[in-house]
Amino acid sequence: MSSAVTSGVAIAANPWLAQPARIAALTQEVAGVATYHLRFVDPEVNAAYRFRAGQFNMIYLPGVGEVAIGVSTGGVRTGGVAGPTPRTDAAAAEGPTWDHTVRVAGQVTTALSRLGVGGTLGLRGPYGSVWPLDEFVGKDVLLVAGGTGLASLRSAIYELLNNRDRYASVRLLYGARSPDTLLYASEYPAWIDAGMEIQTTVDRAAAGWTGPVGVVPQLQSRLRPWAPERTAMICCGPEVMIRFAVRAALARGLNERQIWVSMERNMQCAVGLCGHCQLGPQMICKTGPVVRLDAIEPYLAVEGL
Amino acid sequence: MADQAATCEAFAAELPRWIAKGDFQSLIDRLWELGYRVIGPTIIQSAIGYDELRRVDELPRGWTEQQSAGSYRLVQRSDGAWFGFNVGPHSWKRYLFPPQSVVARAERQGDWWQLHDVPDDEPAFAFLGVRACELAAIAIQDRVFLNEHHTDPTYQRRRERALLIAVNCTQAAPTCFCTSMGTGPQCSAGFDLAITETADGFTLEVGSERGAAVIEGLPIRQATADESAVAETERARAEEQISKRLDTTDIRNLLLGNLDHARWDDVARRCLSCTNCTLVCPTCFCHSVTDVTALDDGSIDRVRQWDSCFNAQFSYIHGGVIRADVRARYRQWLTHKLASWIDQFETSGCVGCGRCITWCPVGIDLTEEVAAIREVPS
Ligand code: SF4
Ligand code: SF4
Repeated sequence: MSSAVTSGVAIAANPWLAQPARIAALTQEVAGVATYHLRFVDPEVNAAYRFRAGQFNMIYLPGVGEVAIGVSTGGVRTGGVAGPTPRTDAAAAEGPTWDHTVRVAGQVTTALSRLGVGGTLGLRGPYGSVWPLDEFVGKDVLLVAGGTGLASLRSAIYELLNNRDRYASVRLLYGARSPDTLLYASEYPAWIDAGMEIQTTVDRAAAGWTGPVGVVPQLQSRLRPWAPERTAMICCGPEVMIRFAVRAALARGLNERQIWVSMERNMQCAVGLCGHCQLGPQMICKTGPVVRLDAIEPYLAVEGL
Repeated sequence: MADQAATCEAFAAELPRWIAKGDFQSLIDRLWELGYRVIGPTIIQSAIGYDELRRVDELPRGWTEQQSAGSYRLVQRSDGAWFGFNVGPHSWKRYLFPPQSVVARAERQGDWWQLHDVPDDEPAFAFLGVRACELAAIAIQDRVFLNEHHTDPTYQRRRERALLIAVNCTQAAPTCFCTSMGTGPQCSAGFDLAITETADGFTLEVGSERGAAVIEGLPIRQATADESAVAETERARAEEQISKRLDTTDIRNLLLGNLDHARWDDVARRCLSCTNCTLVCPTCFCHSVTDVTALDDGSIDRVRQWDSCFNAQFSYIHGGVIRADVRARYRQWLTHKLASWIDQFETSGCVGCGRCITWCPVGIDLTEEVAAIREVPS
């Protein structure tokens, strides 16, 4: 009768088992921001890993903790736009790297910034929703980013540009604090060559800056040509910036089903469980990070939600 | 668990059985023999909590509690009833989703860290004395921990092996409002066995094959019509005594449509952000994971601990806290529990057990907060 106690049901795999990964290369982007080109220690795990633009991984530093970081690009790129990764990594033959652009902002990212090439960490993922690029075919795709929010759009940018002929236009409006904090600036020429229009703006100009000074929504209001009915907008940046960018887009005739945003929240478990990442009814790690505006619009304006 | 509900229905047609109080120890003995770790109500630090139980005299026989907003007191009963109380500060959550557990262990391997499972060696639980509202709370946590997005291995292992012996309430506290939430006071599904206490014994319903197997050969017979009728009267008393109400009509939209209501400022002036309500809540599941380094071998445990949306650090992100004031935190708790929980899990997060009312040091009553918002929506 002791069988009453045992259960035949298979117990689920443990989601907390991050896989060991190594920093294969490191790119210092702007002050306080670096891109880590990571490769799983186990070649099979590395070869099998897949993600889609918009998703994130949990980076684990033993003894310190975990942090959710978007996959900013990565994987084997075949043809199309040259990969953005400056491959100082002599061992590129070891397989693709998975790139994470990280701003030093807390304990985990500070500890990460002290690791150099060859350093090891834990990686689990990918998690979260994706930029629905397939829905944008034939449309004017508008990317709106602020600060390090551009990192969340980078893999989408490469995917859009690698299939550039599927979209009517691909335009990026990007704002940063100052010219020297514009992320991925060295990649812009390649993006432009591949058929993307880029407008940048800064809060504070510096010597030699000839571009506009101001915030991204100002670029939005001046954007021409403008065909709201066939535009899809994707947006990432600080929450305040998202609010204003969304307002500017709605004012120019987009509706809530044409706008997708990627939200930043405290994500601990990444599986819709720990409760840390909620925004109104949404658990950002489960239904997000990419959400269509109509799902969160009523909550975006509420302070402290 | 759908299959459990289905088996319950299959067994519902059967007539109740009867176990005399003098024979009840044999049930507990049987559970231990079968390898279960029996957990049941017992007096812990001037309150009725849940702990390991081996003998019937460890039950809070002859005791009851007086509960009201912000207050809980044990008092002696005149009738010596064994289960003549409702719910205390503990819930079964502490066994299925322990306050602290190791989710993974990191060990050095060459120049990297390998993460391993840490096997949960807890034996199967037999929960004795699960109230209707608590069965509902377990069903809600099933949706949280065992869903298509995610299955939590610790919860799953403990939950699937646990035997649930429910007890029907024969009284209700002034803080109980299960009738408003549609969860009680009568246990209708989700149990393996369910008992109703009368003066000399218990009527017993079998809710699953597992429950039927457990009682095989014990001194249990069919209940007489009289015994069944007395049990029915006892159960009816609980329902009659329930006085607290929560109007749940369109509650999701009521709360999410009033995020700037003045009542949030009002409650923020009273709330101490002490986290009590979230810790006693049988469905709150928020947690944090931190690393603890072992002093001997340098391995690192990833330790999961209950957390609370009332902790300031809870909404921490990149050097800042999103919900910096108590107003935002109380609002997060209440709107999550009663409104956005519905979006996330297709059920309310509240079962009407009233624990958060009793254990709030300043006596905040969520039913009153909702009523105030309903009275004058903004
Ligand atoms: S809320 Fe209902 S089921 Fe729960 S203890 Fe009170 S009367 Fe019993
Ligand atoms: S509502 Fe009461 S129990 Fe909950 S945090 Fe506020 S003071 Fe504490």
